[in-house]
Amino acid sequence: MATVTITMKNPPALYLEAEYICPDEFAGKTVAQIAELHVYEGNTKSTLGKYFEVSGDAGATAEDTKIVVRGDVKKVKYIGMKMSAGEIVVEGSTDLYAGAWMTGGRMLVKGDIQAFAATAMKGGELIIEGNAGNYLGAAYRGDWRGMSGGRILVKGNAGSDVGMYMTGGEMVINGNVDVHLATHAEGGKIIVKGNAPSKVAGQMVEGEVIIFGTIDVMMPGFKYVDDVDLEIEGITAKFAHYVGDTGERHKKRKGQMVYGHLYQKI
Amino acid sequence: MTKTITDVVCPFCGTLCDDLEVSVTDDGKQILDVYNACAIGAEKFLHSQAKDRITRPRFQQPDGTWKETSYEEAADYTAKMLAGATKPLMYGWSSVNCEAQSMGNEIAEICRACVDNTAAVCHGTTLIAVQDIGLPSCTLGEVKNRADTIIFWGNNPCHAHPRHMSRYSIFPRGFFTGKGHKSRKMVVVDPRITDTAKMADIHLQVTQGQDYELLNALRVAFKGEWLPDVVAGIPKEKIIETANIMKAARFGIIFFGMGVTQSLGKNHNIDEAIAVTKDLNEYTKFSIMPMRGHYNVTGSGEVLAWQFGYPYSVDLTRGFPRYNPGDTSSIDLLNRGEIDAVFVIGSDPGAHFPISAVKHIANVNSVCIDPHITPTSGISKLHVPVAFNGVETGGNAYRMDNVPIDCRKVVDPPEGMLTDEEFLKMVRDRVKKLKGVA
Repeated sequence: MATVTITMKNPPALYLEAEYICPDEFAGKTVAQIAELHVYEGNTKSTLGKYFEVSGDAGATAEDTKIVVRGDVKKVKYIGMKMSAGEIVVEGSTDLYAGAWMTGGRMLVKGDIQAFAATAMKGGELIIEGNAGNYLGAAYRGDWRGMSGGRILVKGNAGSDVGMYMTGGEMVINGNVDVHLATHAEGGKIIVKGNAPSKVAGQMVEGEVIIFGTIDVMMPGFKYVDDVDLEIEGITAKFAHYVGDTGERHKKRKGQMVYGHLYQKI
Repeated sequence: MTKTITDVVCPFCGTLCDDLEVSVTDDGKQILDVYNACAIGAEKFLHSQAKDRITRPRFQQPDGTWKETSYEEAADYTAKMLAGATKPLMYGWSSVNCEAQSMGNEIAEICRACVDNTAAVCHGTTLIAVQDIGLPSCTLGEVKNRADTIIFWGNNPCHAHPRHMSRYSIFPRGFFTGKGHKSRKMVVVDPRITDTAKMADIHLQVTQGQDYELLNALRVAFKGEWLPDVVAGIPKEKIIETANIMKAARFGIIFFGMGVTQSLGKNHNIDEAIAVTKDLNEYTKFSIMPMRGHYNVTGSGEVLAWQFGYPYSVDLTRGFPRYNPGDTSSIDLLNRGEIDAVFVIGSDPGAHFPISAVKHIANVNSVCIDPHITPTSGISKLHVPVAFNGVETGGNAYRMDNVPIDCRKVVDPPEGMLTDEEFLKMVRDRVKKLKGVA
């Protein structure tokens, strides 16, 4: 796999919108062509080369292209937006919309990411070694389809509205989450190794949420069913099993009501 | 002798009362008294008559003193600031008529600015929820003539919309509600015992920050599913009783306010409240309506949605409208340091934004268009006083139920003062020249 390294040398005064930092855009281009790709700072259009030093080689296709992002990119939005293949490694922290609408490939962020990461993600893998922000794997505003495929791993904590309108895929959060986990979810699986304060799986139609820690306030629409033994991420433990949200609409499958499932470790 | 002007529209809150009477001097230059208005509305008319009003634009000097200038110079400064900025924010618009809002949006489009109105700290979350699941609503006239079950959730109209209950929701005798308040059931959901709550047939004193759970419990109760013994501090029996009252209504309405839109849960609270309304329409006729604050904040949403497709927090920096509160909303833009110029009109972020955001306004170039001296004008580089909308100039405004009403001019503004629209037109013409737009 050919590697392109971009290093921040001239940080923006405001914030940078750089959706072209993506293997699909870099593939088949020379270093000079990559440096000519557009970025926006506010309403001013300029080039990637104005802010980043570009080196290395891009592969012929996205699958053969790896991008390493170095330097302070805390003020750069949209890294890895709509990526379909290849690999991105961000060596620090980055801003909004990291890996948003990604459909394939692998993105690794060694620091933190801000809100709207993996918005409406369809496939691929996103790994965040630090903390994630709000709306991780959620739907875009007004859309009813959040993350529908792929896998997200957050080694730290995540914010609120994680997995809103999620319809598929899997998310593992090693730390804690904030309120409104899996709101409106219609599928998929979310595993939280830490705690979730309240409003967990509100208006959930279908899907699975597994919480290892505490839930301070349980949604009234979740009804206790039984205790079950589950093996999650290599850990076997006993979980209290709830179904819901009983206030929300649910469809029937083979004569049975289909509910969302919430498991909490006992 | 005095003249009395009738059918005056009150430019204070979203109730937009249109039955005010204002007596003015014979020469039509001074307001003497205001009839039919609430205390807040009357004050809006009367304090425009203050003798110590600022009547000319003024620049703030480095030592904090102010230097008077002309409207021409003020328009030059504003146009240069907006045209030269990388990411300007144009915020406010809620106490401005629709004509001026439209003019402002034209400037925003030419300068590729971010435009936001006070919904950002008010009912913006409502607008997010409406986009997510829709809004079964009605007009206030329907409420007056038909509604027999009124729910006030997280608001206190006794103090915030003082004439709402007498004109539309509780007291009036309508076509099918001939017995006035005697034929209406009133439910108030509020963690505090407010003056509105004291009037209610049922007061659900919900635990603060758990409205979402209580709304969810109502939906569970409608379906007759299992409920915990206590939800959000309310016993199960009380929730089921309330659910049954709602189901038994002939025509019900939920009015909701900042108690749910800006407490924990935010847009999800409204999302769930709209779902409650939707569920109730299986049994009866139910509607839901936000209690909008500023008299024309609804209008700003209407004009923005008409021109750009989104009701608030519109980002035009890339030349096309984008909307995603959290990214394009004013407080986030300011707190994150994404903005390099701030233009404020018809609102007071200095008093209502978090201090971290206000500090950012103080650090960049800023213009404040406001007839009053406010915390925002105090930190702005340029303060442009203008005529009072709805008092010294007319123009269109939208009531909280999205009904447009034309406001009336009652008196002339002080000699030489411009209206918002006139000043914005001067700015627009200058911006066009600077940007080379025909």
